[in-house]
Amino acid sequence: MSDIKIHVEHVTRVEGHGNIIFNTRNGTIEQVQWQVSEAPRFFESFVRGRPYHELSHITSRICGICSIGHALASLKATEAAFGVVASEQTRILRRLALHAENLQSHILHVGYLVAPDLLGVGSVLPLVRSHPDAVRTVVGLHRLANEMSDLLCGRTTHPISLVPGGFSAIPTARSLAEMRQRLLDAVPCAASIAQLVLDNAGALPVFTRETEHIALVADGEYAIYDGVIGSTDTGRHAVADYESIVNEFVVHYSTAKFTRHHRDSYMVGALARFNLSSHLLRPLARQWAERFGLRAVCNNPFMNNVAQMVEFLHSLEDAVVLIDELLGKGLDPGEAPAKVRVKAGRGIGAVEVPRGLLIHDYTYDEDGHCVRANCVIPTNQNHHNINRDLAAFAPTLLQKPEAEIERNLEMLVRAYDPCISCSTHYLTVRFVR
Amino acid sequence: MKPRVAFFDFASCEGCQLQVANLEETLLDVLALVDVVSFREIMKEHSDDYDIAFIEGSIARRMDEERLKKIRERAKLLIAFGACAHLGGVQRLGNRWSPGENKRIVYDGADPHDIGDANPFFEQPRHRAVDEVVPVDCVIPGCPVNRDEFARVLVALLTGNKPPIPDYPVCVECKKKENVCLFTVGKVCMGPVTRAGCGAACPTFGNECEACRGYISHPHEQAQTDVLVKYGLSPDEIVSRKTLFTSRYLEGGKTA
Repeated sequence: MSDIKIHVEHVTRVEGHGNIIFNTRNGTIEQVQWQVSEAPRFFESFVRGRPYHELSHITSRICGICSIGHALASLKATEAAFGVVASEQTRILRRLALHAENLQSHILHVGYLVAPDLLGVGSVLPLVRSHPDAVRTVVGLHRLANEMSDLLCGRTTHPISLVPGGFSAIPTARSLAEMRQRLLDAVPCAASIAQLVLDNAGALPVFTRETEHIALVADGEYAIYDGVIGSTDTGRHAVADYESIVNEFVVHYSTAKFTRHHRDSYMVGALARFNLSSHLLRPLARQWAERFGLRAVCNNPFMNNVAQMVEFLHSLEDAVVLIDELLGKGLDPGEAPAKVRVKAGRGIGAVEVPRGLLIHDYTYDEDGHCVRANCVIPTNQNHHNINRDLAAFAPTLLQKPEAEIERNLEMLVRAYDPCISCSTHYLTVRFVR
Repeated sequence: MKPRVAFFDFASCEGCQLQVANLEETLLDVLALVDVVSFREIMKEHSDDYDIAFIEGSIARRMDEERLKKIRERAKLLIAFGACAHLGGVQRLGNRWSPGENKRIVYDGADPHDIGDANPFFEQPRHRAVDEVVPVDCVIPGCPVNRDEFARVLVALLTGNKPPIPDYPVCVECKKKENVCLFTVGKVCMGPVTRAGCGAACPTFGNECEACRGYISHPHEQAQTDVLVKYGLSPDEIVSRKTLFTSRYLEGGKTA
């Protein structure tokens, strides 16, 4: 058997820079490794000394795809440090903003980045000609999600109106009612894309490796904004104890930190949320999960793509319910943000973003300047699990041609929808056969 | 033959490249005008033969500098795309400390040998703008870039015209929108010295302009400082406004 040397430098159709290294000699795997080479930006260091009101605007810049989630984790941490309690209206509007981001990110991943794997092409560009209707539907859903972000946050990327204590601008009742109708109208479009994924789901490799899944959990709702930390291995934990859950550590082949909890590695993201809270999904999302044969607890990481599609439907349905709740109570378009009185202290904010559990932890001095910050990013939490999956998945591929091995390994990484800029606050595959 | 366009990213959030995808249906029209030959974030195909290179991100390590120089050699036009490429991004704030201090804070507890400068992944000089490393033909400012402005600049480049980047302050666009001036409602703003083109996005949603697009060519910096003093800001608060996106100007770096 010839030796395999695969080095995929800069894995494509992912956010950021990572490499896959895969070497065999005499039929034995010498090395299979997921490396993160993204240039570090040192957010946790350079936010020191900055005033509290800048923090969510700075840290949203950690990630272009989940900037809303970063802004909200940041605001929750700041508000917790100062004892600020945001209004119920703010809480609902913030959950809507998270749904907008989930819709945007999930359709970007499933429609633009994964669909080419399912349909056997290199990018979405050839699909414009081969599947024009599906591409137009994906583009339309992506636009709707972005316009929902514009409506709630003032901008698609790097939210403007999310501020400490609430919102600097609140959408009108009329614009929310219009958005509600557009979300309802989008359901058949989303179902047609779910059907396309289902029809081509045979292209997803069958691979299972038992691991721990971690996500926020809450009573009575599919947790995204509020909740405690849930694990499929160890049950519920207070957000305040997050450091004993994530256990960050540094390896020389990654500028992103790794994490581990009860086992050697764990997984966060859409599949982890599904595994912990599937019973709380809205009805249409549950129906589609059944059609896909997605059942908790699922240990096939490739099914994360399917869980994202299921969550897309859930976010459409749940957003409609939330808008009804807001409008039913009577929206106060002039509600001022809750007053902030700065004081020395520490606050921790946790939210679920498209790629999983996100935590910001800040300490402020008495003038409201940040003196210490820690951000735990979803992709960081997945890196070690990706490495463990690669180690288990690679031996099943040895009989395949090199190009097929490379394609399968890249698909595995891509299934996690890694956001590497975010995690170093970096992806490349290196084949060394 | 259609012009060949490539997108590259360095230290950034990739939010500016995302604005290209966010053109939605207009992106399909753009694709009729150009061949996208490299765009790692959305495609596997890659070619080193391109005419126009869009660079997102700040330039930090030797490996990044070398990669950028190769792109410059290959591209006929090189565009600094977004605030990280234009100014060095918010991460430029980290240049206040030594690279060693930044690593000590972020990678606390790591084996110093693993994250030392001998490891190319971790070698860390300073976050710099693209034009501090190679010559730049055009800047599209903003954090993130405004997607409509990107489309306008691309069309200008394809038709041999000067890219339509405004050289007047955000206040002009803000007045056109008939917004209430933030200074009159107890807030402050960097709009008077900041380059327009964003449609006064932040003031329109009740938030101060943070100068993410950099300053206009001849900003009245002293007058801006005087106004901030008049509206009660302390020296520290003024410095924070002048450094969030624009610390490059204070470092004495040449302005783009």
